[in-house]
Amino acid sequence: MLLGITVLVSIIFFLPSTPVYNKLPDWWKKYMPSRGVTLGLDLQGGIHMVLEVEEEKAVENLVERTATSIKEYLDSEKIPVQSVKRTGSAELTVTVPDAEKKADVEKKIEANFPNFVPKESSGPDLVFSLREGEVIRIKDSATTQALETIRNRIDQFGVAEPLIQRQAARQIVIQLPGVKDSKRAKELIGKTALLEFKLLDEDSPLARTLPLSITPSNEETFTAEYGSKVPEGDEILFERIVDKQSDEVRKRPYLVKKRTIMTGDVLTDARVNIGQFNEPYVSIRMNGTGAQLFERITAQNIKKRLAIVLDNNVYSAPVIQDRITGGNAQITGSFTTQEANDLAIVLRAGALPAPVRTLQDLTVGPSLGQDSIRMGIRATILAGILVILFMVIYYRMAGVIADMALIINLIVLIGALAALSATLTLPGIAGIILTIGMGVDSNVLIFERIREEIRQGKPVRLAVDGGYDKAFLTIVDSHVTTLITALVLFLFGTGPIKGFAVSLSLGIAINLFTALVGTKVVFDFINSRWKLKRLSI
Amino acid sequence: MLEILGKTNIDFISKRNYAFLVSGVLILLGLITLVQVGRGRANLGIDFAGGTAVQLKFEQPIRIDDARSLLSDNGFPDAELQEFTNGNKLLIRVKQKNTIQEDVANRIVQTFEKGFSQNRFVVDSSTEIGPTIGQELQKKAVIAIVFSMIGIILYIAVRFEFRFGIAAAIATFHDVLAVLGVLYLLDKEITLLIVTALLTLAGYSLTDTVVVFDRIRENLKYRRRETLEQVINSGINQVLSRTIVVSLTVVLVLIALFFFGGEVIHDFSFALLVGVIVGTYSSIFVASPILVLWKGSRGKLLKRA
Repeated sequence: MLLGITVLVSIIFFLPSTPVYNKLPDWWKKYMPSRGVTLGLDLQGGIHMVLEVEEEKAVENLVERTATSIKEYLDSEKIPVQSVKRTGSAELTVTVPDAEKKADVEKKIEANFPNFVPKESSGPDLVFSLREGEVIRIKDSATTQALETIRNRIDQFGVAEPLIQRQAARQIVIQLPGVKDSKRAKELIGKTALLEFKLLDEDSPLARTLPLSITPSNEETFTAEYGSKVPEGDEILFERIVDKQSDEVRKRPYLVKKRTIMTGDVLTDARVNIGQFNEPYVSIRMNGTGAQLFERITAQNIKKRLAIVLDNNVYSAPVIQDRITGGNAQITGSFTTQEANDLAIVLRAGALPAPVRTLQDLTVGPSLGQDSIRMGIRATILAGILVILFMVIYYRMAGVIADMALIINLIVLIGALAALSATLTLPGIAGIILTIGMGVDSNVLIFERIREEIRQGKPVRLAVDGGYDKAFLTIVDSHVTTLITALVLFLFGTGPIKGFAVSLSLGIAINLFTALVGTKVVFDFINSRWKLKRLSI
Repeated sequence: MLEILGKTNIDFISKRNYAFLVSGVLILLGLITLVQVGRGRANLGIDFAGGTAVQLKFEQPIRIDDARSLLSDNGFPDAELQEFTNGNKLLIRVKQKNTIQEDVANRIVQTFEKGFSQNRFVVDSSTEIGPTIGQELQKKAVIAIVFSMIGIILYIAVRFEFRFGIAAAIATFHDVLAVLGVLYLLDKEITLLIVTALLTLAGYSLTDTVVVFDRIRENLKYRRRETLEQVINSGINQVLSRTIVVSLTVVLVLIALFFFGGEVIHDFSFALLVGVIVGTYSSIFVASPILVLWKGSRGKLLKRA
């Protein structure tokens, strides 16, 4: 009775995974479970990635930015300092040539930048370091923020049931089932997307001698030739140019000022538009502060060139024609509509607080997944048939009972997997198949014991009871030991292994139940109905 | 009543010296493998060693030599190639620690797009694993093995007696080491899946040992006049047909997996296949003889059982 209900419930849970489900009436779909068995990434295809947030970079970025603000602040206070530079991962050095002003500078910085504490002072140098607690807070929030940003991006990209999770202190696990264009998805996730506006240095004599463009393979010789000539406070950044006809990629060097005058965190929106020559571009809108800042910058730099830089790549460097009010701007460059689309997504979702490093990347194409399912089902059926045949040949009627138990096992197991919304992976299928093999173990133990009892000349009823009684402890012991390994696998396993552990431990538990309760009931029923003189075993 | 074996009375225990010799060789082989793994000389899969694996499915058959020369011309002289003839599949592995930064997977795909432009293909799967993850997985695998061993020894020590637990653990270790050694000899790749297979077979071999021990324990209660050797021998003989029947069904199942389970679990089922054979052998020839060597007192066991 209990068994019947269990089987029925299992079938109900399992139904959504079968073709039959689509033919069922609507009321069934409404009130009954509809999930079925969740397929793992290896079976339905998709991406599994582990990223690590380079938290130190977030700290370095903050120190770098603060150094710039300190310099600006001291300039505005008319205190001459030679330089403010980041000199360690969480340290910056202010060089004050005028020894008398040093104490004053130190006091002013302490008052206005409370996160930094004076560390040491030697010669003209004043060294400040970021507070310990602040370093920890920044590092921690870097991963949290990166997680949020990546989630935003994926939501906008549109993936059904993505999994985005923090793992350990600084790792992020991302699972995107069913994603086909893995390259695009990876670029979308991994891009730092730090948007910066920087002015070109057009006064330096170097700017005029730079070549118009170079091939990517020539980059090393280029850096060797020009790298040392770059003036202090400047850097060379490249624009990627793709020739529409030949698809050839070239890089155009720009001499830009290192100082970032504005970043992308003032953006409120980014949209793709199509220009008059049918080329896509991204128009961005800034918030109030951003718009004001942008207006001031453009007003001060008319006729100068402003580089729009994303992750250290120049997208365009237009000449500022006039003061720009309203906080609207455009990013043009040689990209396709899809690239423009993705750029708009990352700009809307915001920049990552620090770059991320890929630690692990598993991509399974949909065709492999289907192959695996087909093979898995084929192997399961074949294994099932082999075992069923073997049991019937070896144990006759008792074998048939054992086979019934086996089939019930399988149904309940798959039902349980669906009910617990466990994920079925390829190793999980292997685990199911293995339970078929190990599942007969308890029956074999019992049957061998019953045979022994019969050999001693006991009547059928006593022999069956004796067989079950004596095999009981052995079955419990052997199942528990296997369960221990399966449990450990579950606790320490990752991804596919976990799937294996789940189906194996469930299989063992269910098997224990059917072997000790299920088959005994059948034996007793047959016995009480026909009063067997001889048992077919 | 169909029987593979009738009532048997084989003297297993007297053959223990041969068994110890065979097992000694197997264990030694396993230990050598462990040392090689530690030295980084064994054939570790990319999930432990770090690296990149790309599996491509072509429309037309390809010659593996062409693929190899194409790869070595394009900067991958160390790529390992493996062909799966059903479905024109090619597996390319590059085992280097920093493949993930260098975007090796993408570069391999591009290389084939250019080199085999007439033969179209799809990327079946691509796996890139950085060195930190590899080390983490290695650590986790070791922890998993250690914890399951401790758990099992404890359980058997509680249910039986301490020496039974130790004997079972030794037999299980023996099996894991033996299979590891065989895999090493055949130059099979040791992947996360293989470790799973090893743990599964540890579970299986234990089940097997527990069944034999259970019968020995029972016999110890009722046959107090016989010598320990006799008791153990008859215990093994009594469960022998069960042992054979179960091993046979599991082997049947594994054969189905081995031939029809697809390339992903091919080595997995192979490891288990070897494991079942070794596991059956060890519960008879390794675990039980240890009980003879390490006698312990009968009285204690009787009270606990």
